[in-house]
Amino acid sequence: MRFERREHRPVALVIATPLIAVAAALAIAGILIAIAGAPVFEAYWNILKGAYGSRLSATETLTRATPLILTGLAAAVAFRARLWNIGGEGQLYLGAITVAWASSHFIGTWPSALQIPALLIMGAVAGMILLLVPLWLRLRFSVDEVVTTLLLNFVAVLVVSMLIDTVLKDPTAFGWPQSQSVADAAMLPKLLARSRLNLGLVIAVVLALVLAFVQSRTVFGIQSRAAGLNPQGAVFAGVPLGRTLVVVACLSGGLAGLAGAVEVMGVKGYVTTDLSPGYGYSGIVVAMLANLNPLGVVVAGLFTATMFVGADGMSRAMGIPSYIADVIVALSLLTMLIAVFFTQYRIRR
Amino acid sequence: MSAVFDIIASAGLWAAVLRIATPLILGTLGALLCERAGVLNLGIEGIMTFGAMIGWLAVYNGADLWTGFLIAAIAGGLFGVLHAALTVTLGLSQHVSGLGVTLFASSFSYYVFRLLVPVAGTPPTITPFQPIHIPGLSDLPFLGQAIFSQTPPTYAAILIALALAYLVFRTPLGLAIRMTGENPHAAEAQGINPMVVRYGAVIAGSALMGMAGAFLTLSAFNSFFPTMVQGRGWICIALVVFASWRPQRALLGALLFAFFDGFQLRLQTALGGVVPYQLFLMIPYVLSIAALAVMARRARVPQALMQPYRRGER
Repeated sequence: MRFERREHRPVALVIATPLIAVAAALAIAGILIAIAGAPVFEAYWNILKGAYGSRLSATETLTRATPLILTGLAAAVAFRARLWNIGGEGQLYLGAITVAWASSHFIGTWPSALQIPALLIMGAVAGMILLLVPLWLRLRFSVDEVVTTLLLNFVAVLVVSMLIDTVLKDPTAFGWPQSQSVADAAMLPKLLARSRLNLGLVIAVVLALVLAFVQSRTVFGIQSRAAGLNPQGAVFAGVPLGRTLVVVACLSGGLAGLAGAVEVMGVKGYVTTDLSPGYGYSGIVVAMLANLNPLGVVVAGLFTATMFVGADGMSRAMGIPSYIADVIVALSLLTMLIAVFFTQYRIRR
Repeated sequence: MSAVFDIIASAGLWAAVLRIATPLILGTLGALLCERAGVLNLGIEGIMTFGAMIGWLAVYNGADLWTGFLIAAIAGGLFGVLHAALTVTLGLSQHVSGLGVTLFASSFSYYVFRLLVPVAGTPPTITPFQPIHIPGLSDLPFLGQAIFSQTPPTYAAILIALALAYLVFRTPLGLAIRMTGENPHAAEAQGINPMVVRYGAVIAGSALMGMAGAFLTLSAFNSFFPTMVQGRGWICIALVVFASWRPQRALLGALLFAFFDGFQLRLQTALGGVVPYQLFLMIPYVLSIAALAVMARRARVPQALMQPYRRGER
């Protein structure tokens, strides 16, 4: 048995790939649910009900999808250029704390129309800076950015933990380590009354559209793709490799920083060290499920949010640990990798 | 300054250094073995988490401590099979596959733990390994407490490091592993099957990672809790580069690293209240990044690292 590269890839197969991958992941996770002694189909039905069964849960799912789309875009942009940014989690936290700091200490009195854009930009810049450090280490010292971005996640969370313990500590939080809140004028407008759904979702979807355009219709889009496919070839073709990677890093880090800013300004209002239940890492899965396509990221982000919100409801109803959502999401990354492989290769005996 | 001197002169610090170093030694050796054969194994963080969980769970359910270690090693090896299937058989991106294995192994650990161990106010505990008393040596002044009062897995880890150094550089098998990591086509021309060598190295390396995790719950602590691995796996990946892919240096690197970690822990208590404790906790991660920056250019990377091998394809 050996693998042979396919001459052409059938379009139907490429579109079906994520669906097959998710189905396979759900089937494997189904075995784990069955081992736990619960009826599998009822469990999945409860996940759907938990995610969309009521107005509250449906808006909650969309709210949860927002940071996942943004971190998913962050990973997708970077991975396309083979810049392995695994530091989305740290960039998110740095974006979040920057927003909380700026609004509570400096520009909290600005009117919303000025303050919100200023804060979003600051959050994005904070994320950018955190990714430019590992990129610089890669370009200057050829250090693999996977390990450095991963390690910086821990540093970033510790920085946040230190700040909310000291200079940014909210004195009214009963000694709980929590940052001061952003000004009311900094909160993103709600899309629906009596829900947490906010403008952040619109920002995320618009950015996905913009990125889809940039990647398919601009010179930079081609250059970043070339940098990923064949760096040496790209250099020969006249692509400024270093400069392209810097722009990619700014986009990727910026999107992850924005995810943190949006989470604070749209939902929480302040920063704690459990602001993100691993959005940065889940973003990697979202990007892979979408096959690095920005529009696909919106769908994959929604799927991932459905699993997380739905599993909470299912867990309450059936006593299956809600960690099953993380298992399903991780499994779909693995099954997606395998599925994508079989769109490129076929088995020959 | 005298505070610093007091810390270095205390036998407690040196005992802690060996304790902190043990999981790093095992994890670094595991990652090193995989990379020597040409496979980057970023599954380490998740495999350590699973090893910590399954080893603890086995002992909690009545197995003895060494059986717990063995089960963790076998579980690690199974995740190694998964990683090898993805990266060796299918030749997928080693970065993404490894991250996938880590995400799966850690979420699977939490799922199994939550399922089998009910939520309780205080986490359930086991009786971990106790320091062994070596007649004569353990009674030495200072050295006895500093070096010769460790738990058995610590000594085992040091022996494994020496054995691996011998294996990699002094045996035909080691030569086959190194050749596969440098140039699998040349290895194949010599009658070595690179696929088999890579599978073997990834499985054995992952088993070591599982043991590294088990040390945390069976010797260093006595209970399991989510996120307890705390990036130790990633630090091991950095240590492999720092060690320039040499087992002896991996041993030294892990000890050096553990020294700084043990030192900062004690400095934290000495300077408590004046300097935020988070600054001290950052040291291991910042130190790893610094070590990478210093060593990355100088280290001799296995030439075929991260390159999938497909017969007849270049």
